[in-house]
Order: sequence, then structure tokens, then C-alpha cells
Amino acid sequence: MKEKLQVSTNPHIRDKWKTNNIMSLVVIALMPTTIFGIWNFGWYAALLIAVTIASAVISEWLFCKIIKKKSTIKDMSAVVTGLLLALNFPPHLPLWIGILGGAFAIIVVKMLFGGLGQNFMNPALGARCFLLISFAKYMTDFTCDAYTGATPLTALKTGETVNVLDMLIGTTGGTIGETSMIAILLGACFLIIMGVIDLRIPGMYILTFAVFVLIFGGRGFDLSYLSAHLAGGGLMLGAFFMATDYVTRPITKKGQYLYGILLGILTGVFRIFGPGAEGVSYAIIIGNLLVPLIEKVTLPKPFGKGGEKA
Amino acid sequence: MARFTFRGGVHPYDGKDISKDKPIKGYNPKGDAVYPLSQHIGAPAQAIVNKGDAVLVGQKIAEAGGFVSSPIYSSVSGTVKAIEPRRVTTGDMVMSIVIENDGEFNEVTYETPKPVELLLKEDILKLIQEAGIVGMGGAGFPTHVKLAPKEPEKIDYVIANCAECEPYLTSDYRRMIENPEKLVEGLKIILRLFDNARGILAVEDNKPDCIKVLKELTAKEEKISVVSLHTKYPQGSERQLIYAATGRAINSSMLPADAGCVVNNVDTIVAVYHAVVEGKPLLRRIVTVTGDCIKEPCNFNVRIGTNYRELIDEVGGFAKEPEKIVSGGPMMGFALFDLDVPTTKSSSALLCLSHDEVADAEETACINCGRCVEVCPGRVIPSRLADFAQNNRKEEFEKMNGMECCECGCCSYICPAKRHLTQSIKSMRRTILADRRKK
Repeated sequence: MKEKLQVSTNPHIRDKWKTNNIMSLVVIALMPTTIFGIWNFGWYAALLIAVTIASAVISEWLFCKIIKKKSTIKDMSAVVTGLLLALNFPPHLPLWIGILGGAFAIIVVKMLFGGLGQNFMNPALGARCFLLISFAKYMTDFTCDAYTGATPLTALKTGETVNVLDMLIGTTGGTIGETSMIAILLGACFLIIMGVIDLRIPGMYILTFAVFVLIFGGRGFDLSYLSAHLAGGGLMLGAFFMATDYVTRPITKKGQYLYGILLGILTGVFRIFGPGAEGVSYAIIIGNLLVPLIEKVTLPKPFGKGGEKA
Repeated sequence: MARFTFRGGVHPYDGKDISKDKPIKGYNPKGDAVYPLSQHIGAPAQAIVNKGDAVLVGQKIAEAGGFVSSPIYSSVSGTVKAIEPRRVTTGDMVMSIVIENDGEFNEVTYETPKPVELLLKEDILKLIQEAGIVGMGGAGFPTHVKLAPKEPEKIDYVIANCAECEPYLTSDYRRMIENPEKLVEGLKIILRLFDNARGILAVEDNKPDCIKVLKELTAKEEKISVVSLHTKYPQGSERQLIYAATGRAINSSMLPADAGCVVNNVDTIVAVYHAVVEGKPLLRRIVTVTGDCIKEPCNFNVRIGTNYRELIDEVGGFAKEPEKIVSGGPMMGFALFDLDVPTTKSSSALLCLSHDEVADAEETACINCGRCVEVCPGRVIPSRLADFAQNNRKEEFEKMNGMECCECGCCSYICPAKRHLTQSIKSMRRTILADRRKK
């Protein structure tokens, strides 16, 4: 028998899932829309994605090095942030903006607030909004070889007709990762089946947004208008991959429903009443800021005090 | 109304196949027997023998130290060697009676009580109290106290906890397979104490053979039913069990009796049968010796006081080097640093693992994934409570319902960041409880 036995408090067994497994699953789930984006927009998109991810990962590694902490890049979260950010870029964005964005997301939005788990705002969205404000010209230029002119959502805003089928498949202009609803849903289904995310937030988000559009869209019960809104812009990518970001969403179940409803309303307000066509990014970061408040009012009741009922 | 399940919980690898088909085997210790005076909740027992005294099997060696306490009987014959502090499973040194075993097992003759039908309620309680019976599922709460609530007529359900939700444990399972009639008779005895109560045998549905046997045995019993519960840890936790079996929910500051329930473990009920029908005190219990390090896993009917090392030798020693040895199940048991500890009234298993999953799990940052919230049967937010505990923020801890935690370990088990959530919350709860006692 060994000289020394391991001693610890209960429980003595652990589930096999680790943080990096979960993050890897998110990366896998983003692959359909990433691959579609590259196919749709060309190899430059692939380069932009790779550079942005590299920038995010290297920033984290460097930051840890400078503050003399153990490197945390193995948890894969920087890869997810870099990838999500890149999927929100127009396909011909200059590489240096990608590098800047990756570094901003990791260093300013995440590491300065204490690293993984401590940031109150989704790093990818924080960086995107920073870039949108600072480099609006580049960030809103969606022209490329394949598509010229407005993105479907901008067209919708100005009252033009759009081809909903193209939007479902994704053969339209837009950011690298947001155009194909089918590819995004494929990844989302994978995450739901693997138990990484559930439908509470995306379900409530999309449902609330749809109701909002039907009531305030000014088109009455116009299904093609509604489906164009659902398939257009960053709604699907945002609802399934950004609003569900663990760190920046409420941890309570009721809070998650509430958060989804809030995002749906905010997105509706921004898209229909706001000056721009898009509203998902801003809706989610505002939602992020309200999370502590949402959690406070949705503290679950414990077992035996009303919390036991299923 | 039975709900058969509860919210939360986890499904760890159950490891029951290793030992579930091994029949209960008797074992007589060869070495000294050690009886800690405190192997139950409540006041320690008082030794009534002195060094050098000769004792027989079944002889009382320690008297209860109060109402919430329990007497202790010798399970071997021999001489009292010492009364001194000895190491117990929790790692503490506890005053214990050490008896040098003469290997003869000369037993006292027991006085057979009157037939159950002629016994008064007080007589039944007295027999249970005198037999030294405590909750044998792990908590060790004196059974006679549990069975004497303030208003016995308000008890609606007597629940036999046959869930055995802890992974690896098969002691209750073997009891149900081998002595189901004793379990049913024991439950009937307890039901005599409560005029308005019905008996429920609450079994997890991963033991269909037990459910079948118990259903057959109770087919003619109007007051007893068998309830098949969903298999999920911690189904056997008192609060979750009551909820699953009756739909009633109690919080941390309530007793089962507040919901009209009394819950007893399988082996405890069998001990009640032995005490009331045969007049025998609690001398033995079933211990599962299992784990991937054990050559011949086994369910022993062990004399209380037997050294754990003897049990390991009896199963042929270790097949592999153990890295961790746990007294009890893997979710709630105590890790041992020394095998030289005695079997007590509440030792349900000796689990020997070649690999300690806790040691190689590196703790990383919480990503707020909410899995702990998802699995928490107490419906609290373990990740936040652990933060408060680590920062010693007692007020917030209590405000966020930290005291409602039942320390089942589900949060630590599921956490992908491998945080030691249960440990942090548990120590904070201990601190707060100690503070309250001081006031």
C-alpha cells in the first residue's frame, strides 16, 4: 500500500467535462457558419479569421506573461472570442483592424476585469462595438466581389424587397459569419444536443423579437417581412452564440427568460425605431450590463421554501 | 402525491455492478474490536466497563449519555484492553473502548420480548432505544428519538429509505434481496407507533428485482406501498426522498415530522426488527467493500468495531495500489488517511479507488456556466455561495440561502472548472452554525 493516501472532502468523484471541452464544442459548433462564410466570401475571410483568433490568443498569452500569472490560453476561451469577433467582421476588413479587435476584446474587455469569468460584457461584442464606433467606414463596408450594395437588412430598412430564401441559405452580403441562418442553426442544434446551451435565452429572445416585429413593424402580419427580419443581420448568431455566453448571461433560470425577453425588445427597438439597420450587438451588450440586476430580482427560492416544484 | 423525482441531481457512474451480486457474507474479526463512544449524533455514550473487565457478545459496554444518545454493545467476547482515544473514519481521535477479542464469540442469552402484538408503544420505543439503534444510512441519528416526535398522531407516512443512491454501495440492495421479510416486518413494527401512518418502501428504479420482491411481500398489506423512484443522486437524501415519495417539501430548518413523515434506512429498519422481535441489540451491519482496487469485492455482515484493515485482508487485499480510500460512498463519504479505523454503526462501505479524480482536477476560473445551479437539489446558486464563502462574507452567504445547502456534493461533481464548491460552502456553513451556537 502507498505510504500516503489522498485525502479530500466529499465528493470524491468528478464529472469528465472540463471548461476547455465546452469551449472546444462551441468552436466546433461555429464551424458550419465559418466554413460557409469562407466559401461565400473567399479565402481572404479565412485569413482574417485566422489573424483575429491569433491576435486574441497571443494577447491573452502576453497579458498573462506580463502580469506573471499562469497562462490561461489552454481553456480555449480566447479562441472562441477571436472566432466570434471575426465572424462579425465584413469580409474585406483590413487585417490590422482584426488584430486590434482581437487584442481589445481580450485585454480591455476581458483581462483587465479579471480574466475569464470576471468580464461583465461579452468580449467579442464589446470589441465589435468599439470597432464600429472607431472605424465605422471599414466596419460597415459590406461590398465585395460577390455582392454589391446593401445587406438584406439595410435593404429591408429602406423598404426594398429581399430574397428570403437567399437569406436562409446565406448567399447574401453581410458579415462573414452571420449570413447563413441554416449553418448557424446547424451549429446551435449541436450545442443544444450536447447540453452546452439550452433554448431558454435564444428561444425567448427570438420569440419576443418576432412578436415585437409583428406589432411594431408596421407591416402587420407579413410573414416574409418577419422571416427576413429573423434571418437577417446578426440575430441568429447573436441569439445562439453571443446571448448564451455563460459569463455574461444571468445564472438563474428565471433570469435567463427575462434576459431573453429584454434582448428581444431591445433588438426590436434598435432595428425598427433606431437609425441603423442592425441592433443585436448593442442589445446584447446593454443586456450584459443589466445582468446583475436581473439576477438580483430572480434569485431562486430554495427547496422547501417554494423552489422544489418542477 | 408522489412525484417520483426532484429537481436537480446528477447521474454519476454507479459502480454497483462490482458488488451487487455478491451475497452477504458473515465475518468474525480476529483482532481487537474498537467502539468509539461517539458514533451517533448527540451526547457521547458513557463507558460502563473498566479496563480488565471480561465482556461477552451482546453485553452493554456503554450507556447512553442522554436522551439524544445511544448505548453501545460489545460484538466480540474478551477483555477490555483500554479506554482511550482512537482514530475514527472522520480523522478525529474519539474516546473509544478497546476490547481484546478472545475469538470465542461467547454470547449473552437474550431475553425474548413479548410478541409484538402485546407490546405497548412505549415498550417498542424502549426496546429500540435500549438496542442502541441509530440511523445506519450515514447520519447516525438515534432512531428512538426519530420515532418519538411530539405529535405521533400527525405522522402520515413512515418511509423506508431504500433508494441507496450513492454510487458503488450495495449493502441496502443485498439486504432487500436477502432479508426483505425482515424489512417489511420492521416497517410494520414502526407503523405500530403511528396510528394514522402509512408505510412507503421507496426504492430507486435501478433495483427492479427489489421492487418486485417487496411488492409481492406487501401485496396483502393495506397500509404499505412500494414506490419506485427515478434513479438519480441524491434521491436518498431525506428531503429529496420525502418530496419524491409524498410531494411534501421541507427546508433546512424543518424536521421530516413537520411534513408528517418519518424516514428510516433499510438496515436501521432491519435492526428494529431484530431488537423488537428477537430482543437483540445492534451488533452488526452490512458493509460493502468495493472499488477497482479490491480483488474480490464483497458485502459483509460485519461486527461493529471490526478494524477496516481486516476487511481488506479478508477480500484478498488490493489488486491495485489504492490512491484513495473512502469510508462510505464517493459522494458523501470520508476519505481515510489510515486504514486502522473501526467499523461503526453508520459505516456503509469501504471504497478503494486506484485513481483519485479530485487530485488531478486542476481548479480553474468559474465561467458562470450554471451547471451547479442546474443540478443543485437545494435550489441555491452554489457558485455564488462558494465565492461568498471564500471571501468570508457571511451575511451575503446567508442572504443567498447558503444554509439551505444539504452538502450532497452535486455542484462539485458537475463543475467543469473543477471548483471545490461543496467544500467551500460546507466550511462556511460550519462556521455560521458554530457562531449561532455561541450566541
